[in-house]
Amino acid sequence: MIDKTQVQHVAELSKLAFSDAELEQLTEQLADIMKMTDELNKVDTTGVPVTTHVNNLQNIVREDVAQAGTDRDILMKNAPDSADGLLKVPAIMDKEEA
Amino acid sequence: MNYLYEDLQSIHAKLVAGDLSATQLVTETLAEIEKKEPQVDAFLTIDEAGAQAAAAQVDAKPIATDNLLAGMPIGIKDNLLTDGVTTTAASKMLANFKPVFDATVVEKLKAKDAIMIGKNNLDEFAMGSSTETSAFKKTKNPWNLDKVPGGSSGGSAAAVAAGEVVASLGTDTGGSIRQPAAFNGIVGIKPTYGRVSRWGAIAFASSLDQVGVFSRTVADNATVLQAISGHDEKDSTSADIPVPDFRAALDGNIKGMKIAVAKEYMAEGVAPGVKAQIETAIDTLRSLGATVDEVSLPNSKYAVQIYYIIASSEASSNLSRFDGIRYGYRSPEAKTLEDVYVKSRSEGFGHEVKRRIMLGTFALSSGFYDAYFKKAGQVRTLVIRDFEKVFADYDLVVGPTTPTTAFDLGRKVTDPVTMYMNDILTIPANMAGLPAMSVPAGLVDGLPVGLQIIGKAFDEEAVYRVGYAFEQATGFSKNVPSFKGGKA
Repeated sequence: MIDKTQVQHVAELSKLAFSDAELEQLTEQLADIMKMTDELNKVDTTGVPVTTHVNNLQNIVREDVAQAGTDRDILMKNAPDSADGLLKVPAIMDKEEA
Repeated sequence: MNYLYEDLQSIHAKLVAGDLSATQLVTETLAEIEKKEPQVDAFLTIDEAGAQAAAAQVDAKPIATDNLLAGMPIGIKDNLLTDGVTTTAASKMLANFKPVFDATVVEKLKAKDAIMIGKNNLDEFAMGSSTETSAFKKTKNPWNLDKVPGGSSGGSAAAVAAGEVVASLGTDTGGSIRQPAAFNGIVGIKPTYGRVSRWGAIAFASSLDQVGVFSRTVADNATVLQAISGHDEKDSTSADIPVPDFRAALDGNIKGMKIAVAKEYMAEGVAPGVKAQIETAIDTLRSLGATVDEVSLPNSKYAVQIYYIIASSEASSNLSRFDGIRYGYRSPEAKTLEDVYVKSRSEGFGHEVKRRIMLGTFALSSGFYDAYFKKAGQVRTLVIRDFEKVFADYDLVVGPTTPTTAFDLGRKVTDPVTMYMNDILTIPANMAGLPAMSVPAGLVDGLPVGLQIIGKAFDEEAVYRVGYAFEQATGFSKNVPSFKGGKA
């Protein structure tokens, strides 16, 4: 059974933050969903292969020829913050560490 | 233009005869949308300027007599990219996102001179069964404005059902086209996985997602699917096989076709009224000359369980791209790079999306992968084998699309497990990648019921053939919604 500590760990892996009340509710809901999915344990799957995709395609490659992409200035229109044609983000390290 | 009493053929005839121009058609469509939107709320964005410009271009040359889509305004689910027109996936995360290219399906419709009229509401990132998880508005069911339109393509379905547009595009990962089609009394197809390019469709669960079509009639549905189908080198999972002429299958002849009814699809979870309509539908198919037998798809009962593990796992991976860096929402509170990720995602995503990211991340995490993701993938194989066994002897599987008719707005949002069970009859076709369509099968207490028709991979023709014959024999597609209920 999934507990609050595990849910907090999964939240960190997911890069999501929750309030304590949200975490409580989420633990309860995830526990309910996991209880539902535990029914799968009734199914005998010995020797059954895993399906991850339905069309049995191999890797598909194209000729290694340069193709025109989208202009950078156009792509940057959706950037939350940018300067001089580059994406701008907060400092990764503060000045003392650098 | 009130599309409740028109189809592609009837409007096309007016355009060809010169009784109507594409510009007039767009103007009349915008007026119809403006009139009905206060009740239905099916659109997030209306592209008035873009639609009028496109119509002017169509009017600049004669209408091709063999192109039923020329000048036709089409609604597009708001998780399909439209060049220069805001595309949100109904999420705060993408509230201001303006794509810089069209999804292949949109590009293909435009190449046929169809007109992108606006973007339809959906559950946030297509995660939901009622369109209530949209961050922006709640779409209502035109048959009863106090009921949900279904989901996740609820806006696309309600827009067609309300007569705002003649057709629309949606996406279907676990039933997101067929369930709203059933709830809204219209036709909705999820084609075979690989029939239609997913390029420019905002990914939810990549091994299950397919783009498909809503319309009032089977013939219109086949026409639109024809236009968007085919291989696309930008989507390596799209199938490089010829697309047949779907409309050629619409001759009404189903004599000798072998149809299976899965007993698991008619089990106790199906409401008695729905079951009765489907039994009547099955009798109709028999009377049209098909043979109908009962079969078993024993592993279908695990469909919901495997779906929530597989779809959530794929979603947790797909949605990791929303990090507040390159596009999409960035939290104004973010002081550090880690903040950009965590605060942007926590503030930008709604509850249902976060719940599924959490579920998927858990199912993929070290120590739980074998018990959940791997196990679900194995049971998925068994679901596929069930279908293979039945399709060795039968052309199609039919049954109800949904266990109930449309439910009340607000009823199920607090209880995810009950909400998830709503998809039990539609998920198996996604698991196996099969084409499946919902066609109107009459009313129960004034609300529509859908007959689901599932075909062999890449045999949309058989699905359309039976859907068309059934539609012509019953006339259920002529029912129109009452727009009753709702706030005064």
